This record gives sequence, C-alpha cells and structure tokens, in this order.
Amino acid sequence: MLLEQIHSASTGKHDRATPVSSASLGEEIECDARSSVMDETICEATTLMLAVRDNRSKQAFASLFDHFAPRLKGFAIRSGVASGQAEDVVQDVMLAVWNKAHQFDPKRADVSGWIYQIARNRQIDLFRRSSRPVPEDLISEETETCDAEQIVGLEQEVSALRDALSRLKPSQRDLIEKAYLGELSHSEIRETTGIPLGTIKSRIRLGLERLRHDLRETTRR
Amino acid sequence: MKNISHHIPDALMAAYVSGNLPHAYALVVATHISMCDTCRASHAAHASLGGVLLETGPERAVSTDLRGRVLDMLDAAPREQAPIRRAGIFPGPLMEAMNSTPPRWRPLGAGIRQSILHHENTSSVRLLYIPAGEAVPEHGHGGLELTLVLQGAFEDETGYFGVGDLEVADGDLDHQPVATGDVPCICLVATDEPLSFKRLLPRLLQPVFRI
Ligand SMILES: [Zn+2]
Repeated sequence: MLLEQIHSASTGKHDRATPVSSASLGEEIECDARSSVMDETICEATTLMLAVRDNRSKQAFASLFDHFAPRLKGFAIRSGVASGQAEDVVQDVMLAVWNKAHQFDPKRADVSGWIYQIARNRQIDLFRRSSRPVPEDLISEETETCDAEQIVGLEQEVSALRDALSRLKPSQRDLIEKAYLGELSHSEIRETTGIPLGTIKSRIRLGLERLRHDLRETTRR
Repeated sequence: MKNISHHIPDALMAAYVSGNLPHAYALVVATHISMCDTCRASHAAHASLGGVLLETGPERAVSTDLRGRVLDMLDAAPREQAPIRRAGIFPGPLMEAMNSTPPRWRPLGAGIRQSILHHENTSSVRLLYIPAGEAVPEHGHGGLELTLVLQGAFEDETGYFGVGDLEVADGDLDHQPVATGDVPCICLVATDEPLSFKRLLPRLLQPVFRI
C-alpha cells in the first residue's frame, strides 16, 4: 500500500502526492526476499523505513517525515503539549527515528506502532527529564532476514485493528484515544479498550520466534 | 525462555505503552518484557494500536522550515549510546536502574535483605532477597503492587511464582508469599509506598525471636 493510500484512507484526501516512488527506492534495498510481489504487498512506510535502516536513505527519511510530522504534531498537542513546543517534540521524535532505525524490525512491529512508542517515550523523557525504563532490545545486526509473509501478515493485522477502531462508537474511540495518549491511569483503563488484541499478539509472537531462531543459528555458527 | 505463566495484564500494558505508569512500575514492566516473549509481543501489539491512533488522528501542519532543519541535523545526530546489557539475573533495564553495580543489600532481619532502587512520592521499587522458607515481609499495600521473580520462587494463596513470573496485587489482596525452592528468592518489587518497609519490621523480627 502506498503512503498516499494510507493517507487517503485515513483522511479522505487524495491530493497529496507521495514524493518518493517505490521504484526509485527499490534499488537501494538490499533485502533478498524483496521481489515484484513484495512491491505490491509490503506497505510503503515499511519499505521507506527499511531504506532508512539499511541504506541510511535521507530521501526515504524525508518521505517519512512528510507523512508522520503532521500526525506527530497533532498527537503531541492532543496529549497536552503546548503548541509552541509541539514542533520540538516532532523534531526530537523524528531524529530518534533516524538514530534508532537499526532497532526497527518489520517482523514484529509496524512503522506507525514503532514510531508511536518512540514518540511516547521521547515525550516523557523531554518533559519529565528522566529516562523511562525500556525493555532490552533484541536486534542483532547479523540476523536481518526479510520475511515477506510475516511482514505482510503483521501489516494485515494492523489494518484489522484500524477497521475495528473505525467501527467503534465515538465515545469508545475517545476513551481508547485518551488511554493511548497517556491521559488515563492504569486503574482507569479498566476494560483495556474493547479492541481484541489477541490475533495481532500471536502474529508478533511468530515474528519473535523467528528472530529467536535466527539468533540461535547465528550463535551456533 | 522459561515457562512464565504470570504476565502483564492488558490494562497495565496499555498504561506502560502510553507512558502513564509511575517510574517504579514502569521499571518492573520493562524488566518483565525483557524476560518474556509473550509480553514482548503484547507490548508491540499495544504499540500498534497506539500507532493506528497516530496514523488516523487529526494532523497539524508543521512550519515550512522544520523539515529542512531536521534533515540538516541527521549527520550531526549522535549515534545512540550502547544499551546497558543484562548481567546474571538482572535484565538490561534493571542493570541501568542499578547503575550497573551489584545490589547494595541492607539487612531487614531473618536473613531478608532489601536494596531500594528508586523512590518518589507516589511509588518505590526495590530488590528483595528472601532465603528459602522465609516469608516475604508482610506489607499491607494500599494500592498496586508488582512483584517480579528474578531468582528462585515464591508461593502464596494465589499460586506459584517462578523466575520471570509477575504477581500483580491490588490493594485488596492480603497475601503472605513464602520463598520456596533450593535457592534464595530474589525479586523486584514496586509499591505505592513512599519509601520504607519500617512498619513491617516488628513482624519481620518475629522469626528471629522464635529461634
Ligand atoms: Zn509475560
């Protein structure tokens, strides 16, 4: 899916062109599993993020910036950041996306979810001036294998989440939004969200098992 | 991966992912995720839901010069510092909280020791060391208490907790965990107590007087 399509799907607008075509980025990506089939199935945000991770492509980064910066700004403002400071947050988060790109693994995280977590962490670090405990990272440089089926499977789960969210009553969606913007305490998030997360959890678990397998193979060699 | 059977509930994970968990609890959650692939997957799933909200939420146009400014900073941006790795039974985020030094144990009596890692007015987090057979200090907590086993095991009215297991107790649970097995139980405990276990000291000394 093209970013353009993601964009139009979420806002109904068709007028914003995607600055970088998939074809021009295709040559930059070293992933063996990448094929003409993948061009059609792996979403462009993932392709761009892999180009940033593997090729340090500034062109791909600029496209991600165009897509995510306005969303990050909107998100920061909704979570209570003064509009004067919201762009500082955007800048900080986008720089973290560039610097943490080596941690991105499309087998177990979609780009938006990955950037969401960076955004929440950075916002806390910036405003509380203390660094938030984060889990150990599992990435090992030598085990970057591409697994189109797993990546596409995960993307499908994410779009199922998007559909589920769009079917909610506005009041329910509001509550979920409050929770994930960090406005509800643990005890206030009683029935988490009403969105079933079971299938996406097992899909990500599959990606983790494959990564564990790769890690074992590497240590055995 | 060991068989971990007590995990992070969804509401707690949502609060962690959104950054709305006091530091002490966030440390326990991050440490458990570092030990548990089930919760690592759950963590990513909650982040994906946050990602959908980011993706589909309203946009705010950014100033025209922001893009160029960020692009100009890419080369100057420092590479991430190497993350602190696990050491022995202590996963990375816990090692970081311990400043990469071994725990400074303070005796609480009956062979039980504690090492306070962090405290603020709403929460505190500590390591507890309990010899096998001893009861974990009774602590009528008023609110949420998270206990993560790093070594050994404990049992209480609600079940058996081995390495990697997380017990989530709210204010209502009046439990009396007892360390079990061949090795001392070491666990990471976050409570909403401001600092000390003082009021349970008399209770702690009971086993000593019994000898
Ligand atoms: Zn778990």
